[in-house]
Amino acid sequence: MSLSVIRPGMLTTVQDAGRFGYRQAGVIVSGPMDTQALRQANLLVGNPQGAAGLEITLRGPTIQFEADHLIVLTGADLSPTLNGQPVPLRRPVAVTRGCELTFGVARSGCRAYLAVSGGLAVPEVLNSRATYLRAGIGGFEGRALQAGDVVPVAEPTELGSQLRAHLTTPHPARPWVAASWSIAPSWPVSLTRTATIRVMRGPEYNQFTETSQQAFWTQKFTVTPSSDRMGYRLHGLELQRHNHQETLSTAVTFGTVQVPAGGLPIILMADHQTTGGYPRIAQVISTDFSLLAQLPMGGKLRFQEVTLAEAHHAYLHQEQTLHQLARAIQLTVRHQ
Amino acid sequence: MLPSPGNLTTDTPVQLYALGDSAIVLQFGDAISPETHRAIQAVGTYLEEHPFPGFIEHVPAFTTLTVYYNPWLASQAGRLDPYAEVARQLQELLSQVQVPADSAAAPIVEISVCYGGSFGPDLEWVARHTALTPEQVVALHTAPEYRVYMIGFAPGFPYLGGMNEQLAAPRKDQPRAEVPAGSVGIAGKQTGIYSLPTPGGWQLIGRTPRRLFTPEAASPSLLRAGQRLRFVSITEDEFHQLQEHES
Repeated sequence: MSLSVIRPGMLTTVQDAGRFGYRQAGVIVSGPMDTQALRQANLLVGNPQGAAGLEITLRGPTIQFEADHLIVLTGADLSPTLNGQPVPLRRPVAVTRGCELTFGVARSGCRAYLAVSGGLAVPEVLNSRATYLRAGIGGFEGRALQAGDVVPVAEPTELGSQLRAHLTTPHPARPWVAASWSIAPSWPVSLTRTATIRVMRGPEYNQFTETSQQAFWTQKFTVTPSSDRMGYRLHGLELQRHNHQETLSTAVTFGTVQVPAGGLPIILMADHQTTGGYPRIAQVISTDFSLLAQLPMGGKLRFQEVTLAEAHHAYLHQEQTLHQLARAIQLTVRHQ
Repeated sequence: MLPSPGNLTTDTPVQLYALGDSAIVLQFGDAISPETHRAIQAVGTYLEEHPFPGFIEHVPAFTTLTVYYNPWLASQAGRLDPYAEVARQLQELLSQVQVPADSAAAPIVEISVCYGGSFGPDLEWVARHTALTPEQVVALHTAPEYRVYMIGFAPGFPYLGGMNEQLAAPRKDQPRAEVPAGSVGIAGKQTGIYSLPTPGGWQLIGRTPRRLFTPEAASPSLLRAGQRLRFVSITEDEFHQLQEHES
């Protein structure tokens, strides 16, 4: 059970829920940029939500399936095709051995997720299969996929097998078949290339001048091309502080908006360092990480202030929705 | 809005504040001190032994302990206010933690360093800058007992306190594209050890053959916050012998 990489694409990495428990040793969390998309993908093939799948960035890979699998694609629409035929997103798909998955232009968003029933079976490093590129650990040999890689897949889950069994019967002649149902698209929301990102004030918000605080809420920032999985570097009006007192290094997290001396904010993303010393003007709420992760280079964003209570309300609502999705998928199988 | 601070036996006032919707920061004053450091260590250890529902992990730093949590689990599947619940748990914990007296009896980790030469290409520069001889720099660097305040920047990279301020030297104007793992450097009043090959701007005075980060080990970082550390000067031959032993 495996996938063969014919062409690797721009940046295709194995990611699971992330590497937790080692931040105090300086080991970053990694994991998917769009956590929701990977969790959804896993649910749709009957996997635990944190199973390992592929994160596919902008220019997708070409992948050949070396066995019969149940797969799904979520996140960005990178024009995926199976044996040359367009394949729908957010819909479980039964593929047979030899099927070839390729991608075309990015129609919306920039990160797609591929989950395979059973999950990718690369070895765990520090309790996680997430790729940590800089330290060269986790994922497939600690690196992005290359042509010729053969990525192992674990045995499908029971739920995954049941979902697949339902899909194989109607069209025995076709090499692949998609389910007649899908989950509703929670986006594409980034089609406009401008996103409103909800944030809470950061611990050092008050160090910034009133003019800069105003500018932070009113102006549009551009995601610059020097952005990556570690952080999004933004371009806009330079933010000024009252004084340049040094802050002691302290822990930071996904979504922390730091402002280095130059005044241009950086939003920390999935591969963010564990600690930092730049003033933290704001903190993106977890619910909006997906929106942020799908914003392309050159995309624009505006910050909107919310309270902690609002952030938690959004978070709990999103969790509730995922739980309902998990239940709905189980019912689908039971009622077939 | 913020809950009232908890009391440790040291009477260090602790402020709690949110870092986004999934982390709470415990702020132990704003000065680096061994007392604050011991309090942070004690709370961190207690937390690991008594995790609350939804607790993920914690990161100690100079004056803070950041506690990461899962709001869904902390709220018992949406039934409670996650922040109030985690803050309540942490307040309770703060009231129970006993901060021990200085752990002077704790074993000291010895880090062997080959100073100067190709392992410490900036030793001469640091000596000139500080108006000392290279031998004096080494003597001053190996004399004190350091304390590991936090691990950050890279896996296993220790922020050390206790360097003799005579050794303070500015960072390089141009960072090196790649600093070898094990390099011991000085930046301002700080000293530290590069744990992985990375770009870096610290003045490099030596290198240790010890591996600071071993991902295949259960405890991947050689050093932990709270440990005491001493540098020991070794020769190039000893460096190579120890390096063989490490790999």
